[in-house]
Amino acid sequence: MLELSGVTAGYGHFTALWDVSLRVAEGEAVAVVGPNGAGKTTLLRVVSGLIVPRSGRILFEGADLAGHPAHDIVAHGIAHVPEGRRLFPGLTVADNLKMGAFLPTARARYRESLERVYTLFPVLAERQQQRAGSMSGGEQQMLAIGRALMSQPKIILLDEPSLGLAPVMVLRVFDLIRRVREEGYTILVVEQNVRQVLKLVDRAYLLEVGRIKMEGRAAELAEQDFVRKAYMGV
Amino acid sequence: MDPIFLVEAAINGILLGGVLALLALGLNLIFGVLDIVWIAYVDLVMLCMYAIYFFNVAFGWPIWAAGLVSLAAGTILGVAVHLLIISPILTSAPINQLLATGGLLFFLQSAATFLWTTDHKTVRLSLPSYEIAGIFLPATRIIPFAISILAVIALYFFLTRTYIGTAIRAVSQDRDAMSLMGASPQRIYIVTSAVGGLMAGLAGALLIFQYSVHPFFGGQFGPLTFMICVLGGLGNMVGAFIASFIMSEIIAIGGVVISTEMGYVIAFVIFIVMMFVRPGGILAKRE
Repeated sequence: MLELSGVTAGYGHFTALWDVSLRVAEGEAVAVVGPNGAGKTTLLRVVSGLIVPRSGRILFEGADLAGHPAHDIVAHGIAHVPEGRRLFPGLTVADNLKMGAFLPTARARYRESLERVYTLFPVLAERQQQRAGSMSGGEQQMLAIGRALMSQPKIILLDEPSLGLAPVMVLRVFDLIRRVREEGYTILVVEQNVRQVLKLVDRAYLLEVGRIKMEGRAAELAEQDFVRKAYMGV
Repeated sequence: MDPIFLVEAAINGILLGGVLALLALGLNLIFGVLDIVWIAYVDLVMLCMYAIYFFNVAFGWPIWAAGLVSLAAGTILGVAVHLLIISPILTSAPINQLLATGGLLFFLQSAATFLWTTDHKTVRLSLPSYEIAGIFLPATRIIPFAISILAVIALYFFLTRTYIGTAIRAVSQDRDAMSLMGASPQRIYIVTSAVGGLMAGLAGALLIFQYSVHPFFGGQFGPLTFMICVLGGLGNMVGAFIASFIMSEIIAIGGVVISTEMGYVIAFVIFIVMMFVRPGGILAKRE
């Protein structure tokens, strides 16, 4: 469904990704794990069009999206839940979700999507008129995911969904992502919380200083000695 | 002094505040979304006033039709300023953007002087005045005030109830996130500039009731509009609305109690003091 081949990207003179290739099949959940500064966020930003890659191809359902602007890439069915959630803090929960359905195709199915999001995250239904900025970190993460679902995506990119959350909330958020998965969405998630994320996904890639170092089934990767030592602290 | 003069001044302040609010909200809306202050904003208003003058006085169109021309002219000018001046320098340093719109100000003033001379041009309207309990209320002030308030209400509903209006508020909070929602930033900028221009056109149509137009009209209201925006907190629409009435009241009452010039002096002094007390604007949360 999504296939990156030979993607190199960066900011100014700095190169954050070197010749990265990865693949996500339809219905699959894939994680990219790695230490801070490995280029995980850059990887998602390249896919969603916030950064234009210097070289390489980003194939989504057969079309090369490299170089397309972000607002056009969403229209192809790629929703990005960015690092730090990036909600509209001054807007209400309901308005944030409304903005998630900004695309004409999504707007046409607004009611249906809204019902789906409220079923998935009942707390959002209770907080419709609350300003997004005044919610707790966990609730904000739910809203960010809910907002992404409003665009009727085919694949969801999640950037560090557990970042900055209390340990109890981390488990809840992973639980919710699992439910989103069960709804049939394809997921590409980037995480530092390696232990939790490997329980969630089918396959994972290990990214280190901008290069893919390893790839494998989540269970196999979790068994690898050096992954355990380096990232899981076991 | 007869207290009736103070009451009359206070009412005149409110009536002036309505039109000032329109100018301040237009400028603030554009700043909120684009992070650029259109220094030449009131000079666009000046062009719109000339449009009314020519269509009404020279071509003999009825005033309402000339007013519609002003609205159209404002909208087109707003979009043109964005596409021709702002858009090419959107990613350059803020100071350059400021200088570019400042350059536009001098260009517009000089072009207007060249084309239409420095003569003050007036649209003559024969409208009645009302006297209630000894207070003199001319329709040339009541009508612009009423239309301004209706326009502000319309703007409120546009920004809170429509998709594109909500998107405009969203972009002003997080530009990148809105493009992840599928909104083309350029499209939002154009809509914002068009709405800002439309408000300039409406302000022009309302100011022509009370003021004559000349090439340096922008100097009369430009700095005042900018100060209202800063006083209300740049980008803060509610703050700008309240600040419009604060400034207009100070000018109106100060003008009656001391003199018209002193009214402005007091308003500007209070503005400077407020910048020390509340640099983030009147509605900013205290640290």
